Amino acid sequence: MEEAVMKPTKKGGGRLCCICNLRRAALKRPKTLEQICRECFYEVFEEEIHQVIVDNQLFKPGERIAIGASGGKDSTVLACVLAELNRRHNYGLDLFLLSVDEGITGYRDDSLETVKRNEVQYGLPLKIVSYKDLYGWTMDEIVKMIGLKNNCTFCGVFRRQALDRGASLLKVDKVATGHNADDIAETVLLNILRGDIARLSRCTSIVTGEDGPIPRCKPFKYTYEKEIVMYAYFKRLDYFSTECIYSPNAYRGFAREFIKDLERIRPRAILDIIKSGEDFRISTSTKMPEQGTCERCGYISSQKWCKACVLLEGLNRGLPKMGIGRSSRGLNNDPKKDKDMKQSNGTKSIENKQCGSLDF
Amino acid sequence: MQLTLEFGGGLELLCESVKIHKVNVDPPNGTEKFIMKDLLTWVRTNLIKERPEMFMKGDSVRPGVLVLVNDCDWELSGQLDTTLEDKDVVVFISTLHGG
Repeated sequence: MEEAVMKPTKKGGGRLCCICNLRRAALKRPKTLEQICRECFYEVFEEEIHQVIVDNQLFKPGERIAIGASGGKDSTVLACVLAELNRRHNYGLDLFLLSVDEGITGYRDDSLETVKRNEVQYGLPLKIVSYKDLYGWTMDEIVKMIGLKNNCTFCGVFRRQALDRGASLLKVDKVATGHNADDIAETVLLNILRGDIARLSRCTSIVTGEDGPIPRCKPFKYTYEKEIVMYAYFKRLDYFSTECIYSPNAYRGFAREFIKDLERIRPRAILDIIKSGEDFRISTSTKMPEQGTCERCGYISSQKWCKACVLLEGLNRGLPKMGIGRSSRGLNNDPKKDKDMKQSNGTKSIENKQCGSLDF
Repeated sequence: MQLTLEFGGGLELLCESVKIHKVNVDPPNGTEKFIMKDLLTWVRTNLIKERPEMFMKGDSVRPGVLVLVNDCDWELSGQLDTTLEDKDVVVFISTLHGG
C-alpha cells in the first residue's frame, strides 16, 4: 500500500490538523467538522470503529467471523480495518472473506478478482458461494429468461440466503457487513416512506438475525461513507467500483440523493436520522410477521415456502412471474394467511425493488 | 497551465474509462485566476462524454462526489473558489457506487 505522494502546497492556507497541531490538515470530518491530517484521521477512524465494536460487544474472543466481501469500497475497507484491529487489540477472531458469485459476466467476475487480491493483501481466507451451485441458475441465465424486469428481486432474495449458506459452510459465528451510516440513514427513510414497520424497527439494529441461523453485524453503522472512501483513497486500497450491468442508473434512487443533499447542508443529519430510527417505538399492538421455517429448504420464512424457493420454483417451471408482486399467484396462497397479511401491513410480500435496496 | 485530473469510484466511466487526464487549461477571458468552478465547467464540456448528471448538480459536483486538490479535501480550500495553479492534481471520486 503505497501512500500518495504529497505535494507541498499553499492551499487551504496550509491549515494545521486540529488534533496534533503539527501536520497539514487533509480532510474535514463530516461527523465533527474537525480539520485533521491524514495520520490523525487513520487513528480516529480506526479507533472509533474499535469503540463501536467494544461498546456493542459485536465479537467475542475465539469467534469465527465472515466479512461479507463484494470487492466494493465498504467491504474492502471493513476487511482491512477488522484485520488491523484484530491484531492491534487482540480480539482473538478468526476472520474470513465471504463472497457471493451471482454469475454476472463483466461485473461480478471482475469484482471477485478484487476480492481474491484482498485475500492475499490482508491474509484472510476466502470462500465464494455461487448462485449456480446453490440454485442451479446464474443471474445471466435468469436475465435471459425473465428479462430486465424483476431481476433485482431474484438477485436480492438469492443473495441474502447465499450469504447465510456460505456462512454456515464456513461454520462462522457471525457475518460482518460493510453497511455504513449513509446506507442506514437511507434505509430508515425508505422504510418510513414505505410504511414498512417490520423493517423500520430492525434496520438500525447493529446486530440482526440473532433468532435466525447466523447473526449479522454492522461495525460501520456510525461510519460516514465519505470517510470510508477517503480512507480507501489515502491508503490506496484496491477496490472495485462498477455498477451492476443489470441495474444501470439504480444508484439507490431518490432516498440516497436526498441523504447526500442533506449531508452537504448539515453532515450531522445522517447520524440524526439513524438516531430517529433507533428511537422509533413500535406499538405492541402492531401485528408483526411470525417467523417460521420453509417447508422445502428449511430456511427461515414467515410463509410456507421461503421467497427463494418460490422464485426458484417459478424459474424451474418456466413461470418466472411466480412470487413477484402482491398478487395471489403462487404457492403461498392460503386465504387465511392472506387476510393475516393485510392486517400486518403487507410486510410479507416482496414487491419488485430496484437493486440497491440494501439487504438488512 | 497544466493540471492532472483523476477520476475514480466509477466516475471514469463517464470519460471513456480513462482515469488520469493531463490537461491544459487557461483562465476564462478577462480573468487571471483559474478556480475550481471554472475547472468543473471545463471538465463537463471537454471530458464528460455521458450522463453529466452523475458528475454535476447545479454548478457544483453532485453531492456524494469527493474532490481533492493535491490530496487535500476541497472542503478545506474553499470548494468552488479554490484557486488552481500549474501542476496541481485534482481528484474526483464518486462514493455512490456499491459497497
